[in-house]
Amino acid sequence: MSAPVYNFAYLDEQTKRMIRRAILKAIAIPGYQVPFASREMPMPYGWGTGGVQVTASILGPEDVLKVIDQGSDDTTNAVSIRKFFTKTAGVRTTTSTLEATVIQTRHRIPETPLSETQVLVYQVPIPEPLRFLEPRETETRRMHALSEYGLMHVKLYEDIARHGHIATTYAYPVKVDERYVMDPSPIPKFDNPKLSDCPALQLFGAGREKRIYAIPPYTRVVSLDFEDHPFQPYRHDAQCELCGAADSYLDEVITDDRGSRMFVCSDTDYCETRRAMGYAAPARNSDAEPARD
Amino acid sequence: MNFIENEQPLLVAEGLTKWYGRRLGCRDASFELYEGEVIAVVGESGSGKTTLLQLLSGQIEPSAGQIRYRLRDGAIADVWSMSEPMRRFLFRTDWGYVHQDPQLGLRMGVSAGGNVGERLMAVGWRNYGDIRGAATDWLARVEIPEDRIDDTPRAYSGGMRQRLQIARNLVTAPRLIFMDEPTGGLDVSVQARLLDLLRRIVSEMRIAVIVVTHDLAVARLLSNRIMVMKEGEVIEQGLTDQVLDDPHAPYTQLLVSSILPA
Ligand SMILES: Nc1ncnc2c1ncn2[C@@H]1O[C@H](COP(=O)(O)OP(=O)(O)O)[C@@H](O)[C@H]1O
Ligand SMILES: [Mg+2]
Ligand SMILES: [Zn+2]
Repeated sequence: MSAPVYNFAYLDEQTKRMIRRAILKAIAIPGYQVPFASREMPMPYGWGTGGVQVTASILGPEDVLKVIDQGSDDTTNAVSIRKFFTKTAGVRTTTSTLEATVIQTRHRIPETPLSETQVLVYQVPIPEPLRFLEPRETETRRMHALSEYGLMHVKLYEDIARHGHIATTYAYPVKVDERYVMDPSPIPKFDNPKLSDCPALQLFGAGREKRIYAIPPYTRVVSLDFEDHPFQPYRHDAQCELCGAADSYLDEVITDDRGSRMFVCSDTDYCETRRAMGYAAPARNSDAEPARD
Repeated sequence: MNFIENEQPLLVAEGLTKWYGRRLGCRDASFELYEGEVIAVVGESGSGKTTLLQLLSGQIEPSAGQIRYRLRDGAIADVWSMSEPMRRFLFRTDWGYVHQDPQLGLRMGVSAGGNVGERLMAVGWRNYGDIRGAATDWLARVEIPEDRIDDTPRAYSGGMRQRLQIARNLVTAPRLIFMDEPTGGLDVSVQARLLDLLRRIVSEMRIAVIVVTHDLAVARLLSNRIMVMKEGEVIEQGLTDQVLDDPHAPYTQLLVSSILPA
């Protein structure tokens, strides 16, 4: 009844222009962290305020928005961000990866391949991949400027020395377009290959740290490794127990209070779409009847 | 010994001067350093030794004067005219810098192997086995037991930390090492062991060294030549034995007599 007191998608146009300029610069320099004047958003940091600001700045009335949190469309975080944009921008929302034009994500890349007409917006907690070993910002900035990335391999060396293999499974560092080393946000390393040569534009927003970075469409992204310890994406050696998928990233979920577990697709849209197409749980030895032929 | 086998000096400093605002750090230092030569810089606290070392190693920009360095390919480069990436590359390949405080020269949260391997990874080594092999070799050369390779320096004694810092610097086979009071703050027996080790490695690898020390005994043991600093200026330089046995400047005479009692 009363007119909304905020602008389309909450942010005022001047702020959006400022953020768009940062985004354009980020696209022009793939993998480079562009500082921006992050605004207070009506939600706490850690809820993806960086991603929300990026989404707010690129959203148009015709867009169809999908929001996922660890692959799922219906966690509290995903639901409230979706509600936020329904309320402030009135855009249509969806859970379908295919239908969406803008997908904001926390910690996953959808299984369904993305297209040129889509933008994937990542929520980033810590944008600086070198921070772990070099806390001085002046020093990490210089390292990026001069492509001095030996330190990144020191981190991987430490992993192997300690665990016998590269134990980093999330936020696995990558090199973008043979230039900048980048933190892909805490996606599982299973998703790393999808970063590369992706038809969709990928934008990364870190609210608390006030940084935006980007991977333009069809950019080569390489996961760092050693010759004798090559990068290996990881997934549980199992099939989804709902849709039978043997190629998707699986979550292990506890199904009852006796600690029973099952593997299911972390990407709920992917899993539901497959089930709607007739795929079902795989046959198990213990089961009396296989679910399908 | 004659160090002028290769007629070109490795490093030439000319009129090096550093002002910190209106306070003098170091004034008009000039000298030449040849391959494999060890020069000690001595003088009391505040005399400008660290300033001179940081100037020479390209870490602070001189207010006046210049430094020329002969690169591995024979080309002579002015340290402050080269690009920053080039200067940093030189710093972590052909040079080394051993800090008095090993915490400044080591990554305290990284294993000994990672500390030694960092420079190799920085110049593009991408084989874990090779990097670990080189780190193992270097730990042995500085007398750190192989089974300590995965410990961080936090678990090391002061003497071990200093030896680790040396290994970390030498792994790229630099031709020039800068050391600021490398034995400062260590127990006497630990100092002696470190000095022996330094002397052996430096002569084996024929590395040129510029070592800052306030300890004339260290200078006598390690260096071929010596520079005496006072209030920011080099007041006397020459062959170490000559200067220490027959000091000319009154200040050097005082220094020698007070620190090396007969
Ligand atoms: N960063 C600095 N800012 C201002 N003055 C400095 C700085 N570093 C050194 N100095 C001054 O320069 C002089 C030489 O210092 P330094 O090179 O540290 O001597 P040394 O290493 O022989 O003790 C001293 O008077 C010192 O106070
Ligand atoms: Mg000093
Ligand atoms: Zn599934």
